[in-house]
Amino acid sequence: MPLTDFANPSRFLGFANRTIPWLSGLTVLAFAFALNQAMVAPDDYQQGATVRIMFLHVPAAWLGMLGWGVMTVAALGTLVWRHPLADVAAKATAPVGAAFTLLCLVTGSLWGRPEWGTYWVWDARLTSELVLLLLYLGVIALWRTVEDPSRAARAVAILTLVGAIDLPIIKFSVDWWNTLHQGASVFRIGGSTIDPSILIPLFIMALAATLLFATLVLAAMRNEILRRRVRTLRLMQASAAS
Amino acid sequence: MGATAHINFIAASYAAAVIIIGALIAWVTLDYRAQRRILAGLEARGVTRRSEPPRPERTPAPMKEEA
Repeated sequence: MPLTDFANPSRFLGFANRTIPWLSGLTVLAFAFALNQAMVAPDDYQQGATVRIMFLHVPAAWLGMLGWGVMTVAALGTLVWRHPLADVAAKATAPVGAAFTLLCLVTGSLWGRPEWGTYWVWDARLTSELVLLLLYLGVIALWRTVEDPSRAARAVAILTLVGAIDLPIIKFSVDWWNTLHQGASVFRIGGSTIDPSILIPLFIMALAATLLFATLVLAAMRNEILRRRVRTLRLMQASAAS
Repeated sequence: MGATAHINFIAASYAAAVIIIGALIAWVTLDYRAQRRILAGLEARGVTRRSEPPRPERTPAPMKEEA
């Protein structure tokens, strides 16, 4: 099936219906393996057992940012290419991205208390991550405020493109400012500073979390297409009755 | 540093993950069921999209013609 066929919501629904069960099963298997690897990984020489929080925190942070990245591409799809599924993807991704960003903040806070002695500091990395969560909540609120999906999509697309400025700020905040949050330790010039005994379980957990992210976005897109069908049918019913 | 030194923080982190992700999965699943139920209700009342052919009336199947 050519990729352009997915522009048709009915064909996309068929694809989603076929894919979601397989993707769900794969996600469960991946998490079973990833959690096992996370639990048997050795303690970190500095953090001790709290390194296990990193197996949740780091993938959640990546996927929170990936979610906004997906929404940014979808925003271009709405404004430039007028792809029929672009705003569906944007709307479906927002709550999923928000959940992962919230998880990142919560787990980061729970890691910070034993390691830094505080749940929260207003340093650049933490604050820019909190801004990302607020942006997600703003987008979700905007979708709910404007009743017409096509009008809401344009407003959300503009907000999303403006909000995308936060992504490089999050990534480079630890380089641009003096932060309590540690610098880049996985993706950096010169290679990762993390020992493979911890880095490999981290990547496995990130893979499992990415599969979960993809499954949830696909399922939420399917819901959104169905919701729009319901809206269309109700409008038809109302116009037929009047 | 022993594995039990900060066990409460580790357990709280994994519990938070279960709650947040569990709530997200529940919301997506319940939303899907709700939309399917509403669509089925509308279609049962004869409201269908223009692109879809109207549901055929329940009539006896025509007799097969002899070849």
